[in-house]
Amino acid sequence: MHEASYYIQLLLSGITVGSLYALIAIGYTMVYGILRLINFAHGDIFMMAGFFMVYLCTGMSPLVALPLVLIMTVILGVLIERAAYKPLRTAPRMSVMISAIGVSYLLQNLATYVTGGLARAYPEIPGLKNTIQLGSVSVNWITIITPVLTILLVVVLVLLINHTKIGMAMRAVSRDFETAQLMGIKINNVISVTFIIGSFLAAVASVLYFTNYGQVSPMIGAMPGLKAFVAAVFGGIGSIPGAVIGAYIIGVCESFIKANETFSVFSNAFTFALLICVLLFRPNGLFGEKMTEKV
Amino acid sequence: MLKIKDLHVSYGGIRALRGVDLEVPDGKIVTLIGANGAGKSTLLRTISGLVKADSGSITYNDNELLGKPINKVLEEGIAQVPEGRRVFADLTVLENLKVGAYLRKDKAEIEKDIQWVYSLFPRLEERHWQLAGTLSGGEQQMLAVGRALMSRPKVLMMDEPSLGLAPLVVQGIFDIIRTINQQGVTVLLIEQNANMALKIADLAYVLETGVITKTGTGAELLADESIKEAYLGKKKK
Repeated sequence: MHEASYYIQLLLSGITVGSLYALIAIGYTMVYGILRLINFAHGDIFMMAGFFMVYLCTGMSPLVALPLVLIMTVILGVLIERAAYKPLRTAPRMSVMISAIGVSYLLQNLATYVTGGLARAYPEIPGLKNTIQLGSVSVNWITIITPVLTILLVVVLVLLINHTKIGMAMRAVSRDFETAQLMGIKINNVISVTFIIGSFLAAVASVLYFTNYGQVSPMIGAMPGLKAFVAAVFGGIGSIPGAVIGAYIIGVCESFIKANETFSVFSNAFTFALLICVLLFRPNGLFGEKMTEKV
Repeated sequence: MLKIKDLHVSYGGIRALRGVDLEVPDGKIVTLIGANGAGKSTLLRTISGLVKADSGSITYNDNELLGKPINKVLEEGIAQVPEGRRVFADLTVLENLKVGAYLRKDKAEIEKDIQWVYSLFPRLEERHWQLAGTLSGGEQQMLAVGRALMSRPKVLMMDEPSLGLAPLVVQGIFDIIRTINQQGVTVLLIEQNANMALKIADLAYVLETGVITKTGTGAELLADESIKEAYLGKKKK
């Protein structure tokens, strides 16, 4: 048997991973909520944010680079929407989805081309990796900052969506494109805001994730992206609280499974098995809206 | 005055409107009746800018509306109550009204207009905190009308407001249409319920497969034998 501190350590690391999945999952779920599009490029936006940091830090200190990374990632997200999804606004949903897959590969290939396919060391942000002792558990700052920052961002986001004019417009657009337009809402602006929020959160997640992980490589966005996507589906795609809760459940379960010597190899498979189980009993996910066809 | 001239619109590969001429004078209730598929909704959707026209013109006070984005048409003062009500089901009643005022920035005036809508539809005030999806069909229609009024339109276009509602509720909706009109809003009403629509209309048009086939005052068309037969369910004697 292990001591309690061992389990607390596992729980903490699960919460940290879950937070990162949550930040990425929000981008998936919001874009789905508005465009009914699964933005397959989202995991790669996360990866690109990592490389932005790597390359910016060759010329400046990480603390100066940090806000620039956030801005550049947001711009990248909006540009992708404008170039690859907006022209297909009236096209069948499948076309947009294929366009998203295309963008995903484009970003991966671009990163491979620029880096030569090699992993790059992620710059260290001073102080973040220092460890502190909490009773019998020792944790580094990342482990503490990640969930706190995540919860804070989620609360701000929920307030934004429920209590501001643009949030109201987003909810209206996600329900009914055409009627929202009849109210004078400019759909494209609302969609841009959605991509701004999603990319911003993915950039925040990338800083936290890569600081912990230590390096960035061109394909690294795929797995966290996929897990976050599973979290979004798990929680009920389109629902922000659903995505966050789904992400935490997956993060914590994964952390415990990885610690088990026999089953650790199966940790990824487990995530998907969990998804299948949930979808068997709740096809719309934990908090998913019931999709009634519009008459 | 809202003026439509020689309007041609294709929609889903079908020539839905084939040279429509129609005028909506200020302060009047104008109704457009016609069977299913005659092109009535297409006309409203084209005026609002949801559908692109092939040719022709739509002017409001001599400003061309064709080709303008949807929000600009709304800014010109032309609002639409879409067919099937289309309230935002997971927004509250009050939020639905606020979305209706989306383009406006005059907060104090918006607050006044919310009170105005509440005075027209006291039901909405009682239920202002409820999600719109939980309202009854009649209440949703009230909300759809109230939401459109929140943009302070000069012309209110309504697409089949009586659709799927109980007769008593329909009567209430038509009373409200009259009240709104008396308060200075021009109304363009599309209806399959020709009887009710013609009764309150100052001016009426009949649309058949994309062309206007008849026009006259509401009373004239109510008395017209062919209209009676085709739309009012009365047999020729």
